[in-house]
Order: sequence, then structure tokens, then C-alpha cells
Amino acid sequence: MKTFGGPAILLDRSDINTDEIIPAKYLTEITKVALKPHLLEDLLLDGKPFDSQSPAMQQARVVITRANFGCGSSREHAVWAFEVNDINIVIAESFARIFRQNMFNCGILAIELPAADIEQIFKMRGELTIEVDLDKTEMTTRSSDPAQAPITCSFQMNPFDRDLVAAGGWLAYADKKF
Amino acid sequence: MGKTIATKIFDAHLRDTPTPGNMILDIDVVMCHEITTPIAIMDLMEKGMDRVFDTSKIKAVIDHVTPAKDSKTATQGKIMRDWAKRHQIKDFFDVGANGVCHALFPEKGFIRPGYTVIMGDSHTCTHGAFGAFAAGVGTTDLEVGILKGVCSFRAPETMRVVLTGKLSSGVTAKDVILAVIKRLTVNGATDKVIEFVGPVVDAMTMAARMTLCNMAVEAGATSGLCLPDQVTAEYLWPFIKDQYSSLEVAVADFRKWHSDPDAHYVETIELEVSTLAPQVTFGFKPDQVKDVSELEGTPVDQIYIGSCTNGRIEDLRDAAEILAGKTLAVGVRGVVTPATPAIYSQALDEGIIKIFMDAGFCVLNPTCGACLGMSCGVLAAGEVCASTTNRNFNGRMGKGGMVHLMSPYSAAAAAVTGTITDPRKFLNNN
Ligand code: SF4
Repeated sequence: MKTFGGPAILLDRSDINTDEIIPAKYLTEITKVALKPHLLEDLLLDGKPFDSQSPAMQQARVVITRANFGCGSSREHAVWAFEVNDINIVIAESFARIFRQNMFNCGILAIELPAADIEQIFKMRGELTIEVDLDKTEMTTRSSDPAQAPITCSFQMNPFDRDLVAAGGWLAYADKKF
Repeated sequence: MGKTIATKIFDAHLRDTPTPGNMILDIDVVMCHEITTPIAIMDLMEKGMDRVFDTSKIKAVIDHVTPAKDSKTATQGKIMRDWAKRHQIKDFFDVGANGVCHALFPEKGFIRPGYTVIMGDSHTCTHGAFGAFAAGVGTTDLEVGILKGVCSFRAPETMRVVLTGKLSSGVTAKDVILAVIKRLTVNGATDKVIEFVGPVVDAMTMAARMTLCNMAVEAGATSGLCLPDQVTAEYLWPFIKDQYSSLEVAVADFRKWHSDPDAHYVETIELEVSTLAPQVTFGFKPDQVKDVSELEGTPVDQIYIGSCTNGRIEDLRDAAEILAGKTLAVGVRGVVTPATPAIYSQALDEGIIKIFMDAGFCVLNPTCGACLGMSCGVLAAGEVCASTTNRNFNGRMGKGGMVHLMSPYSAAAAAVTGTITDPRKFLNNN
């Protein structure tokens, strides 16, 4: 199974939709890698355009955000845009159904945490790194700031979603089974 | 305990239960369009799995950008076209015969009560109007659907939305669904199925029910459903007349899908619509909804009438009722796209196209076009559009543009005045 985790970036907003993650004008691409430079291009945070080209964003392997992430269009391009930017986990209070399903279908993780846990992570100072232990269904957030103690949260993982991740996605799983 | 319509459909299609709460269903109709399908086709080809589970259960259309606007969209169309030919997919709709998927496929009689339907398109919930379980999926789900005819869902939890009272003149299904989304918020129905019931739904045409179910996903719902009845049977009659000895027999048969009286709902909400005013969105989320009076006078640059939400003949008639004998306000652009060729043709016969043209509208061929900001009426930064579509997300109709969602009546009223306007001013019986 692939390994999950790495440097995290925080997107402090609820209801981030898939049009913001990857605008429709890029849906004419027929390769996933062509989506790479356009991830989160139309995102507004605090009403201002998000800098999707910042070093922090370039380094990020994990995205942490608030509620109802990935709502709107069914475009799997939103998940691929993360994938081709080497982001392998999105952590949120909750997800829109299709986006969450698309993540597991691609064999990568959509982790739901209680709002209080997310809030704690958002309050941490310094640069954050996430480690995930899939067997224990636990994740640890560490900060570059030594004064900041790491936080470990446990999460729920549906056994079917786990099987999808282990198989490398829904196509591989379904091809074996049906 | 009794079952809801969604549970009945799930039980009738159950292929596997990998873990409690996850259900793999057999799919009756896999619908495909040129934005989300080509990558699935290319991936299947690369993996040496270029097959389809059942040619007759696949329906395909080029609708989002058509005719092609550039080399990239031309390539997407070509991939679809070649694939349909290779697999002898009979129900493939190309330039001239194509229209917006969620208007075209129902019109062809492809959707029936009790069916399971998937498409790589979030507004697939539209087809729930026929008492089908219809859900939008991503490309990987679509790919597996094409290859194996199955799809996985969580066991359905149903929320019941009871619509009571009677809609007043100038207030439509679009206003009702906007009011419902305002009440539920954009994730109020996430992972749930919405069942729309009550006298208001009973009195709705199939077109109105499709408008209602179309936007269920804007509240996060997996699908929106109406119970199939006489109205459903009449709409489908040309396609089912060999199957049933009479309309009554069909209606009686459809009843087997109805939710049982003791079915369990996770939540029931009631909305009395008799005093409902026309609704309009503000901001970038479809639950940001106000009475039209609260936004009255907001200037607009463009009017857009069309889409899978409101591009049907009933919608064009509503708009034409207000536009007849009037013209677009100075400086305002009007764009109308009848959702299918049959609707376009009907609108020609009824003189509606002439009304739009006389008013100064640009009449487009059936396409999704500007609804998702890909072609045919994209906004410039700072521009405002009064639109009959279903999404007002930031950048949806063009970077920096603002979209106000509303009914065809309200969009037509805005066309005439150049500002957001209560359409009831223009309707005779008020
Ligand atoms: S009309 Fe708009 S919402 Fe409907 S299918 Fe086309 S792009 Fe999607």
C-alpha cells in the first residue's frame, strides 16, 4: 500500500467547491498531468484570491480544511489535480459525497475529523506535518515549532474504503471482484 | 418497518454488500458526456480493458461544448464518437441530434421508475423526477459502470421534503427548490436522498419535477426523487405503451415503488409554498437565497436562459410570456439555448423563438455552454448575469463574473428592465 502523509497546508473555509479546485475551462484536458498548474486557481479565502503557487502549497502533501469540502460538480479532475500535485490526503470536518468517493476510488485518503480536532490543528503554530497510521486509524500532526506539542487524533475508516485504498482504487477492486 | 422508494430500488438492484452500510448496485442506465467520459475511455484503453458491459444500457451525448469550439474540445468529441462507433452504442447523440444530457435522455424515454442511473455529472439527480435512483459520480465510478455495470453507494438515508399549499402565479419549481436549498443549506442533505412529496409535487408537470430534482445536489443530496404517478405515466406513455394494456395499469404498476406509509425518514421538513415569492441567489453559494424584492434593482449585464435546470419548452414559454412584444433593456445581452433539438423545434412551431429574437436575444443551439463557463456567453470579470442555471459558484460562468440564479420568469423580467425585477409585475393575472 502507498504511504500517506507529509507537509500540510491549511485552507480555512467551509464549502470549497470543485469549480474552485479546478475551473471548468480546464476540463477539456485529456491528461491528468495537464491539470497540475491549475489546482485551487479560483479559490477565495476571506474573499481574497488564494496564492496557489506559493512554496507552502508546492510542498504540501496534505490539505486540511473545514466542512463540506469538494461540493458541487462531480468532476474527478478535482481529485486528480490534487493527485498530480502529490497531495495524498485531504482532511476535513466533512466532505461532499462524490468528492469523498472519488478520493477513495483513486486510492487516496479523505479523512473526516470532528470539528474540535480540526480547530485544534488550525490553532497550531509553525509548519505542520501529518503522519498517518492506517492500521491504528490514527493521525499525528507535528509542528516545526518545538514549543508546540504534537497532536494525535483517531479517525474512522470504513472497511470498504480501506479495501479500495489497499487495492489501489475502485477499478482494480471491481475488476477482480465483478 | 416499511421501506422508502430509495430503499426499494436499492434492494431490487443489490449485487453485493462489501461491508454493512455499503451497497454495490446493478446499474440500469450509464449515461456519458464528453467532459468526464473521454478520460475514462482513454484509461480503459491504456489498461487493455476497452469494453462496455451492455451496449444497450449506455447512453452517450456530446453536450457541454458543441459544436466543438477548439482543438481540445474537438478531440473530446472525437474520442466519444470513435468509442460509440467501436462499441456500436446506438444511443449516441452527436451534433444536430444532441442536447443537454439531463433534458435529452428523459425526452428519449430512457429513464423509468425504479431504475438505477449514473453519470459522470452531478446533476444526474434530475432523473429522480421519474422515481428513479439517479446519482452523479466521478470518472472512476463511471469507468467501472461502463465496464461492469455496477456502482457502490452507502445505504440510502432518506429525507422527506413535504411541499404543501399552492404556488401562486409567477412562482415556479425553480423558486421552490431555491427556497428548499436555503432552508437545508449546501450540505443539509449530504449523503442523503431527498424524497419530494405533497400536493405541490403532485400538481407539477414532469418538467417542473425535473427542475426540482435537478438542484437536490446543491443541498448535497445523492439523489432527489418524486414518486411515479399518472403524470409520470403520461409522459412516458409513448415509450411504455407496448408494455402496459392501459395508462391505469402502468400507474398501478408504478405504485410498487412508492414509499410505504411506515417507512423511516431521517428527517422530514415541510414547506408551505402559497406565500412563496420568486427567489434569487446572491453571493457564491446556492443556499444564499433571497426574495426577489430584496435584490430588486440590481443591474445585470447578461441574461442566460437554458441548461438542464430550466431549458425545457415550459421554461421557454414562461420567459416568452413576459418577453412577447418587449425588448432587452439597453446595454443588456440576452442568450437563450433550448435544451434539446425537439424543444428548439417546438419553440419554433409555437413562435417562441421569434419572440426571443424580436426581443434581441441570441438564440443558440442546444448546449451547456455558459452554464459552466466553457463557451457561448462566458462573463468578463465584474459582469453580472441573471441566469436560469443551477450554480452561482465563484468563476462558474467566467472568472470574476457574478451569477444570480432565478426562474425563467425572473430572468425574462430582468431582461426587460436590465435589473433584477419581480416578474409578477409583467404577468397579467396579478
Ligand atoms: S446545463 Fe450546466 S449544470 Fe446542466 S449538465 Fe450542462 S453544465 Fe451541467
